[in-house]
Amino acid sequence: MSDPATLSRDARIAARLNRRYAAERRFKALGFVAVLFSALVLAFLLVTMTANALGGFQRAELRFPIDFASGAMTVDPAQLEGANAMQVLEGAGLKDVVAFAASQSLGDAGAAELPDGAWREVGEALIDDPSRLGGTFQAALPASDDLAAALRKDGQPQLRGLADQLAAQGKLVTAFDWGFLSRGDATGPQDVGIWGALKGSMLTMLVTLLLAFPIGVLAAVYLEEYAPKNRWTDIIEVSINNLAAVPSIIFGLLGLAVFLAIFPNYRSAPLIGGMTLALMTMPVIVISGRNAIKAVPPSIRDAALAVGASRVQTVFHHVLPLALPGILTGTIIGMARALGETAPLLMIGMRAFVASPPDGFTSPATVLPVQIFLWSDEIDRGFVERTSAAIIVLLLFLLVMNGLAIYLRNRFEKRW
Amino acid sequence: MNTLHTLDSIDPKITARNVSVYYGEKRAIDDVSIDISPKYVTAFIGPSGCGKSTFLRTLNRMNDTIAGARVEGDIALDGVDIYKSGMDVVQLRARVGMVFQKPNPFPKSIFENIAYGPRIHGLAASKTELEEIVERSLKRAGLWDEVKDRLTDSGTALSGGQQQRLCIARAIAVEPEVILMDEPCSALDPIATARIEELIDELRGNYAIVIVTHSMQQAARVSQRTAFFHLGKMVEYGKTSDIFTNPREERTKDYITGRYG
Repeated sequence: MSDPATLSRDARIAARLNRRYAAERRFKALGFVAVLFSALVLAFLLVTMTANALGGFQRAELRFPIDFASGAMTVDPAQLEGANAMQVLEGAGLKDVVAFAASQSLGDAGAAELPDGAWREVGEALIDDPSRLGGTFQAALPASDDLAAALRKDGQPQLRGLADQLAAQGKLVTAFDWGFLSRGDATGPQDVGIWGALKGSMLTMLVTLLLAFPIGVLAAVYLEEYAPKNRWTDIIEVSINNLAAVPSIIFGLLGLAVFLAIFPNYRSAPLIGGMTLALMTMPVIVISGRNAIKAVPPSIRDAALAVGASRVQTVFHHVLPLALPGILTGTIIGMARALGETAPLLMIGMRAFVASPPDGFTSPATVLPVQIFLWSDEIDRGFVERTSAAIIVLLLFLLVMNGLAIYLRNRFEKRW
Repeated sequence: MNTLHTLDSIDPKITARNVSVYYGEKRAIDDVSIDISPKYVTAFIGPSGCGKSTFLRTLNRMNDTIAGARVEGDIALDGVDIYKSGMDVVQLRARVGMVFQKPNPFPKSIFENIAYGPRIHGLAASKTELEEIVERSLKRAGLWDEVKDRLTDSGTALSGGQQQRLCIARAIAVEPEVILMDEPCSALDPIATARIEELIDELRGNYAIVIVTHSMQQAARVSQRTAFFHLGKMVEYGKTSDIFTNPREERTKDYITGRYG
């Protein structure tokens, strides 16, 4: 009927078309599987982390009433106004009152599991509200690490009976530990808090941002808009690219050798940590900044120059505002990397045990990832959950930081 | 040939003498001399790559921004050499404005687009004065009626022809003496083009206007003086009517009649 040559040509085209569609479907499926895989990994990580961390945000508490009205302790509420209120309470024998109330309610074995410094939490509650001195105060104090372990069916076997007994009476409970968010590091998992490391991270990141962002942006502007294209700028460009690829521990050594040699008294300080991390972050900002500046259409520069704007006006009125979203993206990446960095900070002493949250940029501090590293190294099982909780805090900090940067980026984003 | 460059009895606005422009080793403009009249629209025509845009950009030193570009010869604005050392390029560009091939409004509001130039040059003493400048410039560019109710809208939201008129208004706002136009209609449709050409005709007399164009019809319509460039040289310069009806040079005639280009 029809020409065999034409038929075979049509058949060839049809077969080829089918192969093309099949290839397209395969590629789409592969891409989908890849996305699915990464989503599952992320979900697994978040779910296990969160499940562990739920325990990390809690602690075992001993609950018992303290009767202040019986007159075991006489303190004038007016004396609790001053700075030395805690000394006043200590002088009045608060420690003994707490210990007595504990042994009354929990028995001697239970009272022995109340840590030495626990009475201070009662003291703080009294200073907050001196009227509590006139009645019965329901104390909720941290149990000892051993008792907390026994409550988890862990640690010393002889304590488990006691733990079960107290728990059955409702005197030993697991409760949300708000103090975790306000305390510093400690030796036992019952007493640790994340605030010290969180504040250290915040201060360090602030120093990093304040140094790396202006220096990085100015370097990018100079290299893109002003520098002549010659051998020297080529060398600088290659050096900056290499700097971005240097392993972070090398920057730590540099911080140790240079910054700590100049400021030997600021070991472990957020100032030095921030300066070290700024060295690491700056090249990332320079590279992304240059790309963002390069992406601004030359016609905008022409337009500004043609109405008589100077080079500086052109850059600051037109080029930088348009490049800012791109620069901020690079800054997010660089800062996120700096926030998660541990190795360089170990070199400059930020792995030291620091019990009190840092007062400022020059007081000893640690940061979140180093704190996680330190806690993960602890023997006490109670630290496992605390470590997960610290990781969640780190991730939330990262989320807030990135959220802020993305918000800023979207605000500055303009179309042309 | 030099005598031919002066066509008019009045003093020229811009005088160029023996101008050569190099990009690195390559010579893009070869020994061009021309007088630009303050009263007329001068058109530069010629095939692509003949150097007409390059020459235009030497007139307000926009070539300074191109790495490796070098200018030889003398270019004077009102008799003052614009390439002499100590010449303030910013002031020069305020006096010699420019409109580009592709409309390039700033990604800011229509008001800000116009106000930017007066503001950086300190032309307005108060906010009301600035608003007057914006209104006057937009009126002169024939855009006021279309945008007066949406001055805060982005300049990039306008149509292509409106954007180009916005760019002309932006150039006018700093009160230049010369306006350079580099193929201002090549990205526009015929109706928008006609609108720009009308505008150029209205602006003539207030400003010296130099326009580079690919379209010979456009040159014939809007200009009174035409210079024909070919391979980096200025082949012929004269009254537009003479160039199009009675060219002296064979090459001009070939180009005009569509033999090449």
